Amino acid sequence: MADKRAQQRSKYTLDRGIPGAFEGETITRRRFMTGTAHGAGAVAAAAFTLPALGFAIGPVFKSTPHRWEVVGTVDEFPDNNYVPVVLTLVPDIGEAGKTTAYVRKFNPALDTDPYDKGTPYIAISDRCVHLGCPVRWVDASERFVCPCHGGVYDILGERVSGPPVRPLDRFYSRVTGEDVELGPRFSVNSKLRRFSPRLPGEPLDGIGQYLYPSTPGAKKL
Amino acid sequence: MPKLPAPPLPAPLKTPPPLPGQGNGEAGPLEDAKQAGITVVDWVDERTSLSGAARWLMFRKVPKGTNWFYTLGSATMFAFLNQVVTGVFLAMYYRPEPAGGAYESVRYITNEVFLGQFVRGMHKWGSSVMVVLVFLHMGRTFFFGAYKYPRELNWVIGVVLLILTMVMAFTGYLLPFDQRAFWATTVGVNINGTGPLIGPYLSDFLYGGTEFNATTLSRFYAIHMLIVPGLIAALIGAHLYLVAKLGTTAPPWQKLHKRHELIETEV
Repeated sequence: MADKRAQQRSKYTLDRGIPGAFEGETITRRRFMTGTAHGAGAVAAAAFTLPALGFAIGPVFKSTPHRWEVVGTVDEFPDNNYVPVVLTLVPDIGEAGKTTAYVRKFNPALDTDPYDKGTPYIAISDRCVHLGCPVRWVDASERFVCPCHGGVYDILGERVSGPPVRPLDRFYSRVTGEDVELGPRFSVNSKLRRFSPRLPGEPLDGIGQYLYPSTPGAKKL
Repeated sequence: MPKLPAPPLPAPLKTPPPLPGQGNGEAGPLEDAKQAGITVVDWVDERTSLSGAARWLMFRKVPKGTNWFYTLGSATMFAFLNQVVTGVFLAMYYRPEPAGGAYESVRYITNEVFLGQFVRGMHKWGSSVMVVLVFLHMGRTFFFGAYKYPRELNWVIGVVLLILTMVMAFTGYLLPFDQRAFWATTVGVNINGTGPLIGPYLSDFLYGGTEFNATTLSRFYAIHMLIVPGLIAALIGAHLYLVAKLGTTAPPWQKLHKRHELIETEV
C-alpha cells in the first residue's frame, strides 16, 4: 500500500502541482524554510553549549607536569621502619593540596619483588586504596591502618585485611647528591607490578586493570 | 467599577449586599481607595488572563479521604524554598577559596555575622529535613499507589528530583571546607570512581583534574548553587503542573461509592 503511494507521488514539486514550483525542485519551500530555521537554531544553541561543555570537562584531559620534591637527606631514613614526610601534590591551596608519604630505604631482605629492584627508597602513599582516607603507620604492629573502614596493610603496603582492593600506592624516588627526592605517584597490583596512578577503590588485578583505565590526566612516568 | 468574580466562600463568610437606601450616591474617595486593589488586579488580569490559571491551579477537586500525608509534597517544596532563600544569603558571605578563605568565611558567618549561625543552621539542618521529606513523600506516593497510570511520568520526574537532591547534599557537604568536609568529599569522589569504565572519568570530572586541586571547591560551589538548583526549580514546576493537571489520588482504603441510581438492582 505504502509502496504504491510512493510510486504515484513524484519527488518533483512541479509534478505534484504545488503552486509556484520550479522545474527540478524536489523540496517545498515551506519545508526548506522550516529546516533552515531549525538548523540555524541548532547552530546557535551549539555555539554556546559546546564551548561551555568543553570548558567544564576540559580538565579531565589535561595532564599536570611531574613534580619532584626534596623530602630529606639519605641518612634520615632507616631500612626497617618508615618515616612520614609531607608532600605537596598541588601548590597554593594550603593543607588541601598536601599528602603524606611513608619513606624507608630499600631493604633487599624485605623488598624481594623484582619490580622494586633499583628503587633507592620505598615511599608509600598514605591514601587508603579503599576510598581515600589517610592511613597511619603503626610501628608496634608493623601495619598501615586506615581509620575509616578498617583497611590494614603490611610493611610492603600489601592488603592484610579489610575492604582495600590493591596494595597502597607508592611514589617514585631518586637520590640527588645527599637529598632524597619523591616524584609522581604510581599504583601497584597485588604482584607489585606498576601502573599509572589510579584512584582508590579501583582494582588492578585481572579484569580490573581494563575496567578502570588510566585517565588522560594521569601520566605514567 | 470592574469586579472580580466572587470567591467560592461558604455562605456565612460572604459580605451581604447593601440594603436599598444605604448607599449615598456618588462613590467618595474612600470607596475609590477600597476599589484600587481590585482595579490593579483587574488591569493585570485583563492583559494576562492569570486569574484563570490561578483558579485552575488552586480550586481543584480533591478526592474524599485526602489527609495529612498529602502535605508531604508541599512540605518538601517549602524545605527547598528554605534552602534557596538561606543559600542565596549565605552566598553573600561565602568565599570558595581552598587556601583557607572558605573555612575562614564559614567561621565568619557562624561567629561574626548577625544571625549568621541561625541562617547557616537553617541551611544545614534544612538540607537534612529536605532529604527526609523527599523520602517520606516518595513513600507516601508508593504506598498509596499514586505512581500508577496516568501518573508514571510524575514518578519519573520525582526520581530525578530525588537524585538532584542527593547531588545538592553531596556538593554542599564540601563547602564548609573543614576536615570532615574534605575527607567526606574524598570518599564520595572515590566512590564515583569505582564505577567501571566511566568511573575514573567521572571522578576526574568532579575533581576537575586527577587530584583535589585549586578548582575543585569552586567547581562544587558552581554545581551546588547554580546548575542543580536551576534544574530542581524547573522540574518542580513540571512536577506541580502534572499534579494540577492529573489531580490527586484517593487513599487506597477509600471505598468506591457508587451513586445510588447506578447500582443495578433486580427488578
